[in-house]
Amino acid sequence: MALTPKERMKIQRQDMPEREPGVRNQNFEEVNLGFDAELAKLEAQRCIQCKDKKCIEGCPVEIDIPLFLEHIANGDLKSAAEVLLKDNALPGITGRVCPQEEQCEKVCVRGKGKGCPVAIGHLERFIADWARENLDEKFTPPEPTGYKVAIVGSGPAGLTAAGELAKKGHDVTVFEALHTPGGVLTYGIPEFRLPNEIIDAEVDRLRRMGVKIICNVVIGRTFTIDELMNEEGYHAVFVANGAGLPVFMNIPGENLKGVYSANEYLTRSNLMRAYRFPDYDTPIIRGEKAVVIGGGNTAMDSVRTAKRLGAKQATLVYRRSRAEMPARNEEIHHAEEEGIVFKLLCSPVRFLSSEDGWVCGCECIEMELGEPDASGRRRPVPIKGSEFMIECDLVVEAIGTGANPLLTSTTPDIELNRWGNIIVDEQGMTSKAGVFAGGDITRGGATVILAMGDGKKAAAAIHEYLRSKVPAPR
Amino acid sequence: MFRILDAKQLASDVKWFRIEAPLVAKHRKPGQFVIICLDETGERIPLTIADADPDKGTIELIVKAIGKTTMVLCRKEKGDSIAHVMGPLGRPTDIEKVGHAVVVGGGVGTAVIYPLAQALRQAGNYVSAITGGRTKEFVVLEEELKKVSDIVYATTDDGSYGFKGTVADKLVELLEDKERPIGAIYCAGPVPMMRAIAELTKPRGIKTIVSLNPIMVDGTGMCGGCRVTIGEKTKFACVDGPEFDGHDVNFDELWDRLSAYQQQEKRSLELMEHKCKLGAK
Repeated sequence: MALTPKERMKIQRQDMPEREPGVRNQNFEEVNLGFDAELAKLEAQRCIQCKDKKCIEGCPVEIDIPLFLEHIANGDLKSAAEVLLKDNALPGITGRVCPQEEQCEKVCVRGKGKGCPVAIGHLERFIADWARENLDEKFTPPEPTGYKVAIVGSGPAGLTAAGELAKKGHDVTVFEALHTPGGVLTYGIPEFRLPNEIIDAEVDRLRRMGVKIICNVVIGRTFTIDELMNEEGYHAVFVANGAGLPVFMNIPGENLKGVYSANEYLTRSNLMRAYRFPDYDTPIIRGEKAVVIGGGNTAMDSVRTAKRLGAKQATLVYRRSRAEMPARNEEIHHAEEEGIVFKLLCSPVRFLSSEDGWVCGCECIEMELGEPDASGRRRPVPIKGSEFMIECDLVVEAIGTGANPLLTSTTPDIELNRWGNIIVDEQGMTSKAGVFAGGDITRGGATVILAMGDGKKAAAAIHEYLRSKVPAPR
Repeated sequence: MFRILDAKQLASDVKWFRIEAPLVAKHRKPGQFVIICLDETGERIPLTIADADPDKGTIELIVKAIGKTTMVLCRKEKGDSIAHVMGPLGRPTDIEKVGHAVVVGGGVGTAVIYPLAQALRQAGNYVSAITGGRTKEFVVLEEELKKVSDIVYATTDDGSYGFKGTVADKLVELLEDKERPIGAIYCAGPVPMMRAIAELTKPRGIKTIVSLNPIMVDGTGMCGGCRVTIGEKTKFACVDGPEFDGHDVNFDELWDRLSAYQQQEKRSLELMEHKCKLGAK
């Protein structure tokens, strides 16, 4: 029997069960353990099914959240899964890494005042995991349109667009530069936050929907965009190659052994599984005293990885205060629980070298916060004479990524902004006919779900473009 | 999977492969490389594309067995395969008409300069090739080089074959030959060798292109692991190179960074040899 709104309001938000901090910081097992069916039902019953469904507007891929929650509350997990998968091809991924607190949960009525929003993210994850184990999906191939679409990059934007376009009957091929699909999901996000098997399963589901994925193809080298369109017969291209260019601080000592970009450090550990060296062949430097620079999710991932790889002391150095950190609260909280040392309001000025060329120290300067800058956050200003030293044997710089020029430099007719990001219109169309773009290559470093939103929007625009502008093939 | 169509031992620890990789073969230009990964637990390593046949869809690689990955690869034969071959990567060589072009290869670096000799000669240059090794068995590709160069000099440190001395010693002779002034030098091999050659040619102001071999992971400019200092600037060898003006390269830093994983490399090798002794694969 359905609960009354009053009964629903009485239920408290359920906590996500987690692995013990002192245990999990020694391995790469997933930190969050997930709801069981009982917890999920209880939590889903907290949704009061508002008339004005703000949570749907808060979701970049517009999942019908109240409907899937209602199905969970009624114990109909199959229907819940179908609702979720209709709008989100990667729910096991987004249920784990989406900043729900900034999106659907931020606008949830239950979160007003002192209340706590419905744990939509945790429930999304629960349903995605249930579906992976239990849902027997039959994909009946739609009538083929004959249109061929190339997608550059198999990260969140590319995979989402691929799924949407395949559903419409287009012949979709995703080109991935690395040897494993997933883009930043695979190379960037550690297994303790997003296990690779989740990515594999969701990619496999897209393959069953008819999406072709070809790895080891670098667009800009193996093919140019023009070759794809003029020689390989693709009618449209979606560029979603990410923000794969590491930003370095440009300070002395950066090229010492033991200094990594976060991209390299995480790629070694996540994509290449260097954390399992020597069972896996790729090596990684295991520091006893690690310093990670930055305050975003990538910095948290790096410093928590360093801890798991045996650092006795893992320190995060960030130039602003905790309040300005761009990382998700949950990640900061988990890092603190795991024994990460936070050195806030300071910034490295140089790295020191041992006699044999290894980094042995990180000289920092203290900062104070001045006037707000263009980002609206208070600008850090160095305090003269406040230099101090942190002893270290491993440094990871996680201060952001830029637009990788490999593809765009070979396609001069795609317009870029001054940072090298591709300029797109509302629909995701670039200045080049038939070429669309989305995700970090258009936004700079952003989130998985925003990239997915771009993929979904661009897929709709590509579908429209093909139908209206390109003569039907055959 | 990328099939090995043919394999041949060139020297005791150097092997030649012809591999089916049609997309790479079609787009490859001299100076470019691939990144290979042998299997799902493997590491990614860069290898120069020695030659390619776009019609047959094949590429050729020449591999020296140094670490675990290259040793396992060198045990592969015709009919075996490689899980991943990605490319072509890197900037192609600027092939110009310089008159007299000298290509210099140290050991397996000869595999890098072989396609350059071919392209430089096709561009109308007189091509002198110097290929060297410590002893006779380390001199590779001499016969192949003869087919694409005007003249080939083999050198050995101990004089067991050809000219006695290093490739740099031989280059000094060519530099002093007033009859045939050198327009440009292209060189690949161990870091000390490339440094020696760059130091020789810098005071003489002769253009010297070196092909660098730092540690790489992705090969697309995404990780920055292959960063090298060129002049005052940091460059990524995988996308900005692998070739740079030898007079601007910070060879000390390159040499030092190449040693970053020495301990792990040793451990991998020991474990592999141990497994071999136990008869496991």
